[in-house]
Amino acid sequence: MFQVRIHGRGGQGVVTAAELLSVAAFRDGHYAQAFPSFGSERTGAPVVAFCRIDAGPIRTREPIAEPDGLIVQDATLLHQVDLFRGVGPEALVLINSSRGVEELGLADLPALRRRGGVLTVPATELAREHTGRPFPNAVLLGGFAALSGVVSIDAVVLAIRDRFAGEVAEGNAAAARRAFAFVADEAAESAGARPAPAAAPAPGDGSGLEVSTRAATA
Amino acid sequence: MLRQLEGSRAVAEAVGLCRPEVVCAYPISPQTHIIEGIGALVKSGQLEQCEFINVESEFAAMSVCIGASAAGARAYTATASQGLLYMMEAVYNASGLGLPVVMTLANRAIGAPINIWNDHSDAMAVRDAGWVQLFAETNQEAVDLHVQAFRLAEELSIPVMVCMDGFILTHAVEAVEMPTQTQVDAFVPPYEPRQVLDPAEPVSIGAMVGPEAFEEVRYLAHVKQLQALERIPEIASAFSAAFGRPSGGLLRGYRTEDAEVVVVALGSVLGTIKDAVDDLRRAGARVGVVGIGSFRPFPSAALRAELGRARTVVVVEKALAPGAGGILARDVTMAAAGLDAEVRTVVAGLGGRPITKASLVAVLEEAGRGGLESLHFLDLDHGLVERELARMARRRRSGPAAENILRDIGVVSAGAT
Repeated sequence: MFQVRIHGRGGQGVVTAAELLSVAAFRDGHYAQAFPSFGSERTGAPVVAFCRIDAGPIRTREPIAEPDGLIVQDATLLHQVDLFRGVGPEALVLINSSRGVEELGLADLPALRRRGGVLTVPATELAREHTGRPFPNAVLLGGFAALSGVVSIDAVVLAIRDRFAGEVAEGNAAAARRAFAFVADEAAESAGARPAPAAAPAPGDGSGLEVSTRAATA
Repeated sequence: MLRQLEGSRAVAEAVGLCRPEVVCAYPISPQTHIIEGIGALVKSGQLEQCEFINVESEFAAMSVCIGASAAGARAYTATASQGLLYMMEAVYNASGLGLPVVMTLANRAIGAPINIWNDHSDAMAVRDAGWVQLFAETNQEAVDLHVQAFRLAEELSIPVMVCMDGFILTHAVEAVEMPTQTQVDAFVPPYEPRQVLDPAEPVSIGAMVGPEAFEEVRYLAHVKQLQALERIPEIASAFSAAFGRPSGGLLRGYRTEDAEVVVVALGSVLGTIKDAVDDLRRAGARVGVVGIGSFRPFPSAALRAELGRARTVVVVEKALAPGAGGILARDVTMAAAGLDAEVRTVVAGLGGRPITKASLVAVLEEAGRGGLESLHFLDLDHGLVERELARMARRRRSGPAAENILRDIGVVSAGAT
């Protein structure tokens, strides 16, 4: 089971991001469960949504307290919300920012102990460039596909096209692919000579995603 | 076709496949996405020969459903929480008149204090209204139960409520095998009313009944529920045969064979409980769980058989009868009468508090040791309660309890984390 928590603000499409991630995982042949934090969402207020991805059916209904992956859609939340609660040293963190991890003052983050585990991507800028709108949610999923490997970028694009139509779909798809390439480069760079630091957890290591069996059981 | 769908959207489509002729509902969280979805199906013409009627309240919504059903139309509505309370008088009328309205209840707590999150207080408030009350464990089951609900309701001429956990299911996106129109048409025959308002053959529906016959009419309502007790498993197995998956039924046991501690619960929390049971089994504990699919009628005999050799029965319920304790637990205690088992109540998940596997495992381990109190409140913050009690003892004008407690925990707005 791979568990993702997504933080953002009301209006940024946090709940939609969790849904899109679950659809991408579904498209990849996994089981997935996405759900919001059930708050009374208001524009600008902190919002949390969750997504679980697994090889088999997911039964639990509790919120995700110890995520394997964390997506932060709005870096200003760093000063407002305890974003890193339950985030362990092996977790993968992707933050929407045009600044680097050190610039954001996150150099001593426990998650940094996994080299390449915390990265930033300028998702809002990419969204503006490709869609003319500042919604970073779908774009970040492209980056998260590169960081985590739990979903493929092709599946993220399919999920975007399932949900949106026309220019919005194609703009977001293009921006997500850019974010994927950006994060893949960044991961390679931060890895330096080390081998594959930002790769997905290997199947069977207990924390990552087992090889999917949904196609066989469905 | 297997699709990754929001629960509300899946239910909206499933209701559409059942071809309701009148849908009348008033929006309330967390039911809103369901009726928005059905509204869109009607507007787009995908759901044909269906009138979506906008009204000003839940009371009107159920009243319209009653009128539509009495006129021979297949009628549907959905609500939650305060909305259900607001339509309460009409809820009793629908069942008292024997009209097969189907309603989705997106379970939500009842205020005050106002709370939009999930628990089962709303369903429990109408448990004696004469409706069949089915509970869904997953969104797949929510979809399947609606298909079964229309058939059951119309066969027996009794209203059926499908309860699904608000937000936890209604807003969860997960894989759902959506039935086809052909499958549903074959399973839900056209509505043939037992009674109908027809100008060509005028009748009165809803006569005043005095002491001379009221008890008999009420007794018939009980007989109908007992008939439902037989039809629910039959319809579930017919569904299973037609659709190729088990869904619905009176109750379902999980790892209850040889279990010494048996949990009983309703709705989506069964998923988390099953995970807890698996963990405890791996550690050698003899634990199982029974999910109640039909809360009304209550399957006493089937439950009694399922409890088998249980020493301790732990009823985990998302509702509380203040001054009495558990609600589901009372029905379970009646069913277990004469068995050599003690029944324990665990009140959990009120107002949307997460029910975690860790807390469940701890409480079930305690039950296994025989140390669980008869009424336990899961993850209750005793310190907070004590502080408010102390305030009340200190001075007369201690102020509003809810606001005092929010101040104690430093919450600026409800649900903020």
